[in-house]
Amino acid sequence: MQNLGIDVLFKGTNMLRLLGGLWVSLRISLIAVGFSIALGIPLGMLMTKDSKIVKAIARLYLEIVRVMPQMVLLFIVFFGTTRIFGWNLNAELASVIVFSFWGCAEMSDLVRGAFISIPKHQYESARALGMNSFTVFFFVILPQTLRRLLPTSINLVTRMIKTTSLVMMIGVVEVLKVGQQIIEANRNSSPNAAFGVYGTVLLLYFIGCWPISMLSKYLEKKWSNS
Amino acid sequence: MSKKEEIVRVDHITKRYEENAILEDFSLSVYEGEVVVIVGPSGCGKSTILRIMNGLEPVQKGEVTYRGEKVDGKLGSITRIREKVGMVFQSYELFPHKTILQNVMLAPVLVQKRDKKEVKEEALQLLSRVGLSEKKDNYPRQLSGGQKQRVAIVRALCMHPEVLLFDEVTAALDPEMVREVLEVILSLAKEGKTMVIVTHEMAFAEAIADRVIFLDAGHIEEEGTAEEFFRHPKSERAKQFLNSFTYDKVVHE
Repeated sequence: MQNLGIDVLFKGTNMLRLLGGLWVSLRISLIAVGFSIALGIPLGMLMTKDSKIVKAIARLYLEIVRVMPQMVLLFIVFFGTTRIFGWNLNAELASVIVFSFWGCAEMSDLVRGAFISIPKHQYESARALGMNSFTVFFFVILPQTLRRLLPTSINLVTRMIKTTSLVMMIGVVEVLKVGQQIIEANRNSSPNAAFGVYGTVLLLYFIGCWPISMLSKYLEKKWSNS
Repeated sequence: MSKKEEIVRVDHITKRYEENAILEDFSLSVYEGEVVVIVGPSGCGKSTILRIMNGLEPVQKGEVTYRGEKVDGKLGSITRIREKVGMVFQSYELFPHKTILQNVMLAPVLVQKRDKKEVKEEALQLLSRVGLSEKKDNYPRQLSGGQKQRVAIVRALCMHPEVLLFDEVTAALDPEMVREVLEVILSLAKEGKTMVIVTHEMAFAEAIADRVIFLDAGHIEEEGTAEEFFRHPKSERAKQFLNSFTYDKVVHE
């Protein structure tokens, strides 16, 4: 069998650099996930209200995010807006902005869906027990909503982590880019590095996403009896 | 009966959904210790009356008073009154993310700020009364419909309500589970609890009612004791309604 090209990873600090790249990927996605949750939940709750204007704006936002490829969004924000508005945006910040913009839209839609799936009777039976709107929301509606939200939002998080592989296109040195650099630098000494390095990158993504999936499975199981 | 204190008064209520009048100038008083059963064809506004009594339904005209205190849209007064009025729904609506015991304890602890230990003791006692103490740590979905409905009754009871409203509590149940729920309600009646019951179970209505109200198209068509209403109905509509529960024997020719 051919040399798998894993050996390059043990040269110098290559493995450490790759892990550093993974951290960049995770950092971008986790910060974006943070923003998406923080902004998506209130936005999603707003979308359950009956206002036509709010609904129209939210709809428009959601559609824009859905039809636009993330890469185009990245290019617009990083190359486009920096010229037009003359501001200085580093590539990582631009990535966080784009991923938050995307995540927030998807998150708000998930939140909206989870909230409207709670039967009207749940509110009524809670109110009939003398609870005020605050108690109804925090003790009856919210816990049920979060349980329903969990699987879909975890799915969104892992999708966001995976999609960060795009940010190398605007010059962020994340795990895939580091892998590419390592392969380039060792083109002559280990021509098979592409397999070993990209294979390792794949494994690193798996290591990044798998625990999150497991956590979701665990919580789902723990909450399944409810 | 009129010697007793009036607890709930529904006073000249008019309720419309868009253009359709559900209730027209409807009035009803419920006295302490009384069991009022409301019967009538579906869509006649029976359930709406209960929902109005509990402030779950806004009305266009009229008012509801509890021991003389007006129930208005103001949040403080409505939640205070709901503590005194227990309501049990057709679809039980236990909180699915809480265990049976937690379902029962939630409102007394959260709303009435009662001592957790004392509430727990009472909750367990009430659960054992309806034969469900061994289910206390189960979740609602692990229970049958009849069991869930008994828990819903216990949940309402644990708030120490002065009046209990039952909204077609057996309508969603399989026939063999109806009795276990109705017996709980019958035992509450024996204790002298004040109750307003909407039901389609005529035998049960006859057994439990002090007063039967026959509602048709949003107004009281006939009112009387259980004996009067079921044995000697006066109005044509009531006779028709009661006949709809019996069938003529098929005679083969």
